[in-house]
Amino acid sequence: MTKGQLPKWVDYGLLPALNLIAAFAVSGLVVVLIGEDPFEAVKWMLFGSWGYGEGVGFTLFYTTNFIFTGLAVAVAFHAGLFNIGGEGQAYIGGLGIAVACLAFDAYVPWYITGLFAIVGGATFGAAWALIPAYLQAKRGSHIVITTIMFNFIATTLMVYLLSNVLRPQGSMQPSTRTFTEGGQLPLLRNIWPSLDLGQSPVNLSFFLALIVCVLVWYLIWRSKLGYEIRAFGANPTASVYAGISPVRITVITMLISGGLAGLMGMNEVMGSQNRLLLDFTAGYGFVGIAVALMGRGHPIGIILASILFGSLYQGGAELAFEIPAITRDMIVVIQALVILFAGALENLFRPAVVAFFNRFSDEAAA
Amino acid sequence: MTEQSVPAIELSGINKSFGPVHANKDINLRVGKGSIHGIVGENGAGKSTLMSILYGFYHADSGEIHVDGKSVHITDSKRAIELGIGMVHQHFMLVDPFTVVENVMLGAEGGAMLNKGIDQARTELKRLADEYDMKVDPDAVVGELSVGLQQRVEILKALYRGADILILDEPTGVLTPAEADHLFRILRVLRDQGKTVLLITHKLREIMDVTDAVSVMRRGEMVSSLKTADTSMAELAELMVGRSVLLEVDKKPAEPGEVLLRVENLNVKDERGVMRVKDVNFEVRAGEILGIAGVSGNGQSELLEAISGIRRAQTGTMDLAGDHVDLSHSHNAGQMRQMGMSHVPEDRHRMGLVTSFAEYENSILGYHREPEYSKGWFLDLKAIRSEAEHRIQKYDIRPPNPDLKAAKFSGGNQQKIVLAREIERDPDVLLVGQPTRGVDIGAIEYIHKRIIEMRDAGKAVLLVSVELDEIRSLSDRIIVMFDGQVVGERGADASEGELGLLMAGVNEEHAA
Repeated sequence: MTKGQLPKWVDYGLLPALNLIAAFAVSGLVVVLIGEDPFEAVKWMLFGSWGYGEGVGFTLFYTTNFIFTGLAVAVAFHAGLFNIGGEGQAYIGGLGIAVACLAFDAYVPWYITGLFAIVGGATFGAAWALIPAYLQAKRGSHIVITTIMFNFIATTLMVYLLSNVLRPQGSMQPSTRTFTEGGQLPLLRNIWPSLDLGQSPVNLSFFLALIVCVLVWYLIWRSKLGYEIRAFGANPTASVYAGISPVRITVITMLISGGLAGLMGMNEVMGSQNRLLLDFTAGYGFVGIAVALMGRGHPIGIILASILFGSLYQGGAELAFEIPAITRDMIVVIQALVILFAGALENLFRPAVVAFFNRFSDEAAA
Repeated sequence: MTEQSVPAIELSGINKSFGPVHANKDINLRVGKGSIHGIVGENGAGKSTLMSILYGFYHADSGEIHVDGKSVHITDSKRAIELGIGMVHQHFMLVDPFTVVENVMLGAEGGAMLNKGIDQARTELKRLADEYDMKVDPDAVVGELSVGLQQRVEILKALYRGADILILDEPTGVLTPAEADHLFRILRVLRDQGKTVLLITHKLREIMDVTDAVSVMRRGEMVSSLKTADTSMAELAELMVGRSVLLEVDKKPAEPGEVLLRVENLNVKDERGVMRVKDVNFEVRAGEILGIAGVSGNGQSELLEAISGIRRAQTGTMDLAGDHVDLSHSHNAGQMRQMGMSHVPEDRHRMGLVTSFAEYENSILGYHREPEYSKGWFLDLKAIRSEAEHRIQKYDIRPPNPDLKAAKFSGGNQQKIVLAREIERDPDVLLVGQPTRGVDIGAIEYIHKRIIEMRDAGKAVLLVSVELDEIRSLSDRIIVMFDGQVVGERGADASEGELGLLMAGVNEEHAA
């Protein structure tokens, strides 16, 4: 083993676990500080997310959102691009999905509408990533800045569209009309009543998310385009030497990334709310950054990280309900701690672990 | 050198290694007080490392430093400044939007509020400018000054901090000849006022013009220290390039055929808009190796990048194995490959490899869209891997593991990965840059043999190297680049001294 290198199980298993433990330890301290029993809190969180059918359903529903936005961030990251605009791209992607549903729901069954919705969501999301991508590729405007700006533009644009264009006449709510059955993805609780998923909104998008994970894996590690994306991300100079166009890769990667983010609306808009609501993205696009970092950019890692965040969302809601002293804001604090330790402080424990393993391997070699 | 007084600087037994690279070996150096002392050597000879040790950027592994006769321990640049050592870096350390006076006082503001410091700096700046004839507007914004004036600000900055010993690292690299002349005038004034100047350069003409004494470094060693008056450019060139053992290469006489690569009227600018390649013309025939000699940084890299499609040229055309290419248009390296050009780049870490990729992934870099490696949109990993394994065998790449990351291979084996990739495509024209930089002796021999084999197979080979030995032993014809221009062409039998002079920009008789 070379110095500074860790076995895979440490890199992908032990380090994330240490980060999580640290996050929960600090969260536990916060719970103790407000005078509650942290073990009781953990119990409620686990029960809330995995203890009964409806909870599991909600957990998987949130997981689906995180898989889409996590993949979006991860794909861009492989090309060395930090796409902070998942939120806006998901929002505009939702518009594309809503447009497809509004146009077709009266005429064709859901699976036909669904195909149009997938195309619509991906196209709209991709389009929202196109301008930042172009500016980065051609003008060098930093993509972090431009994608953040585009999140704000998306918000304003949607407020305008929902209150002035898409709102049905006579409605007081800034949202589209509710889609008819031809614009609704089947809920898993209706497909498999025996699963006892309660009133949870988990729907077919969950499987779409898993399929997309496989496709992303093929794209990144098996396709020629993925090879170019990774080469460009790892060494831009070498990729120019190899005849790979930085402009082309930047634009294409961001289009894919935006398209993946745009698919999140399949779960929220077509799968659950059956109409386009103001602010339906609710920060999932941002959490996708933490998911992608924690999942190390790999679809399997992203699925695991998404399940973790899904559990936090659902378990957190349950916890806030069961222990009123732990408010909704407290749950956000706990989620933030996980993001902090797993995302921002990703390398907190790495030097110590590397030192430990180096000593260990030196002794083994001696 | 036998100075009567105590030397301003005395280095003894300085050693410094970076990993396996021994950058400074047992360096001894005496710099007389009130003199201009030149240090010459090729890039990578260890000049900058030595100066960085003197300025406290690096710590020597062993050895002693005396300043003004006192043994000192220079822990960082702050300590160096306290000892009266000032450095003018090759790349200026100036804050562009600040004014001259703000830059000069940076790091020596004198208290929390600026007004006192500014007044003091302004007065002092005026005194220095008068004393050393270095006029500069104290309120000018540095970013708007010419390069020559910016350099003057750097020198003033060092003087403001009380420097008695000034180190200038390649100061004329960015200057026009007129600016360089003015700089030398300033340096002479500084010397006459009792300052000591250390001038690092690889331009021999400057050494002869301005220095009192000169030390020559080669491959990390101080090979000689001489009085400038007692030496000549020819002698310095020879010392600089050295007479190391010529690596024996078995080579039949060349049998040049048709012209496979012709480059005409090539002009290339770098990112900063500086013209790096000026009006270069040459041709390479099938079955011959054309060597481009030159001290690194004289336009060879830009030349290679332009003709391999990486960098767009200002003007220039290329005839490449039957195709005509206008190099001033936008191209990419993939198009050049399609036309039968392979390229072993000068810097394998930066360009030739993606070091975080596995060996087999690197074995297709640049050729990943070739049909034999693809299945539709996807890579044919089986084919790629079996090809990689075949090459590992053929080129004896060790360890023989295609899944190992490229970063884990030694320099020689990394170079073999690149070489195998480029040679096995059977190109018409092979560009090779610094093929044996950082490569062990065994691999050097192997790589040289492969390059000769390419020639004997009727390929046109263009070899760029700063190793004169390599150029001389491999090439059938040699052209020398200096300051972006081809300053001469010689046969393979040209002597080292002759080439060394050309490389230093000295061309007494016109190129044959």
